[in-house]
Amino acid sequence: MKQIKNYFSYILVMMTFACQASISTVPVGSDTGKLILLTKPKPDVSLTLPEGFKVTVFADGLGRARHITVSPNGYIYIKLDGFKNGGSIVRLRDVNGDGIADEEFDFGKFKGTGISIKNGYLYASSDVDVYRFKLNEQGKVVNPDKPEKIITGLIARHQHEPKAFILDNDGNIYVNIGAFSNSCQVGDRQIGSPGVNPCKVLDSAAGIWQFRADKLNQTYANGVRYATGLRNVVGLDWNTVTNSLFVMQHGRDQLSYMFPQYYSDKQNAELPAECMYELHKGDNAGWPYIYYDQIKGKKMLAPEYGGDGIKTGGEGTIDPTVAFPGHLAPNGLLFYTGSQFPEKYKNGAFVAFHGSWNRAPEPQEGFYVAFVPFINGKPSGKWEIFANGFSGGSDKTASGRAIHRPCGLAQGPDGALYVTDDSKGTIWRITYK
Amino acid sequence: METNSSIFFKILFFFLSCLPVFLIAQENHGVVKKSPYRNSMDSGKKIYSVQCLACHQADGLGAPPMNPPLTGKQIQSEKKKLIEIVIKGLATHEEIDGVSYENVMPPHPEIKDQEIADVLTYVRNSFGNKASSVKVSEVKLVRSKMK
Repeated sequence: MKQIKNYFSYILVMMTFACQASISTVPVGSDTGKLILLTKPKPDVSLTLPEGFKVTVFADGLGRARHITVSPNGYIYIKLDGFKNGGSIVRLRDVNGDGIADEEFDFGKFKGTGISIKNGYLYASSDVDVYRFKLNEQGKVVNPDKPEKIITGLIARHQHEPKAFILDNDGNIYVNIGAFSNSCQVGDRQIGSPGVNPCKVLDSAAGIWQFRADKLNQTYANGVRYATGLRNVVGLDWNTVTNSLFVMQHGRDQLSYMFPQYYSDKQNAELPAECMYELHKGDNAGWPYIYYDQIKGKKMLAPEYGGDGIKTGGEGTIDPTVAFPGHLAPNGLLFYTGSQFPEKYKNGAFVAFHGSWNRAPEPQEGFYVAFVPFINGKPSGKWEIFANGFSGGSDKTASGRAIHRPCGLAQGPDGALYVTDDSKGTIWRITYK
Repeated sequence: METNSSIFFKILFFFLSCLPVFLIAQENHGVVKKSPYRNSMDSGKKIYSVQCLACHQADGLGAPPMNPPLTGKQIQSEKKKLIEIVIKGLATHEEIDGVSYENVMPPHPEIKDQEIADVLTYVRNSFGNKASSVKVSEVKLVRSKMK
């Protein structure tokens, strides 16, 4: 028996050597940095998915892993809001095709959130600038130390700093510039403080700005305020069915804390809705003057601007496409265009919810990936929870002390769905068989 | 060889010798219950739940990287600074243990000196913190120097 054991250990050691040898001979190409060989990650939470779906831990320990994108030939790029081995972008690859990353390459000198691939370039953002790196035919970065700066000098004043972005198919890039305020009060988050009228934050933030994807050093002067009245957007995607931009807004905080005369803590836990909007040029979603009440199905006047939880408002503002419960913090949006998942999922929206903090003293909620079915560019059914269990248990969900917090979403060339976590830096790969 | 009765007396003596320690422990337990901070702690907890909990959470650990935790060295040492922050708020986003937090702490212009003393006494003795109470006289002193 002992001999058999030893024999297996020997085979295992030899296999490891063989495996390492084959990985290290993969041509490094123009990436001059060090390739790191990875060991198989161990799951530390158990995720629940609809029947037929399978999930594996693709990689872990990446730190604040925010948005994610996959090149057509299978290189996975993850933007870190931090640094790993001196790099702020992690490139992963599953060399042997077992659904788990085998090699890692870290580069980039700016921490941030946004990352996306378009027309042979890898775009990535810090909280003030947007850069791009040329990709070679293999899908690897040509010059990892010298990206081109395409947008610069965007406002980042502590709150809602991440410059999440997406590109369309006509050479434009859409960048979120989040409000540096909760609800545009004279005294931010101060009990009883009125709203500034008109809200000056809207001049330079709280909207989506459109720039060209191929021009260098663009500033506010070169950009167009494409849509306004959006408090903060982290999850956004270009819908190829409608050929339009869809965004997920983070709704305002603290209705019951600041206006206890109008809202109970229970109402505050659910309100306002976290809204999905389809945006067209010139649209206004209404922040800070209104919020959306998904229970009433109405746009409500914000209490900072004379609202009382009953008065409606928002003339001339757009309606949400989907309204989710409050404070769930949608950080990732992806329209699924793959063929691997069942027909129901085709062109539907996956939304990664980072999880709430603003439901206290009520239990926190979120920490899951939701799905909304779409037909012809419109929701065709109710939203549902697709992948759950990231928090590590119902007690951790309720306390908000989640082990993992879903953030970014990406679709692989084979139709697999990738989910990032910016708490511990775990990357999951979801497939269907 | 010892008799059964002598073993019995030895055991009895052992238990009797332990009795005073046991009684003292009971007494100390009573003293803890009659903490001089208790009124401050009860009132502080109520103020915390209305004024602080929405951001800093029931467990005092905050919501990183938005709202900082109310634990650690600074909470337990810098009494004067805590009093000032409660009154004036804080929007400097200075790093706490290497982390910069996004949200502002709003000022509390209406809050009474007794309420500040109570809520800070509560915070400094909850969430794993253990520090001296904050007295109304200390709050008054800090406030007078702020004007």
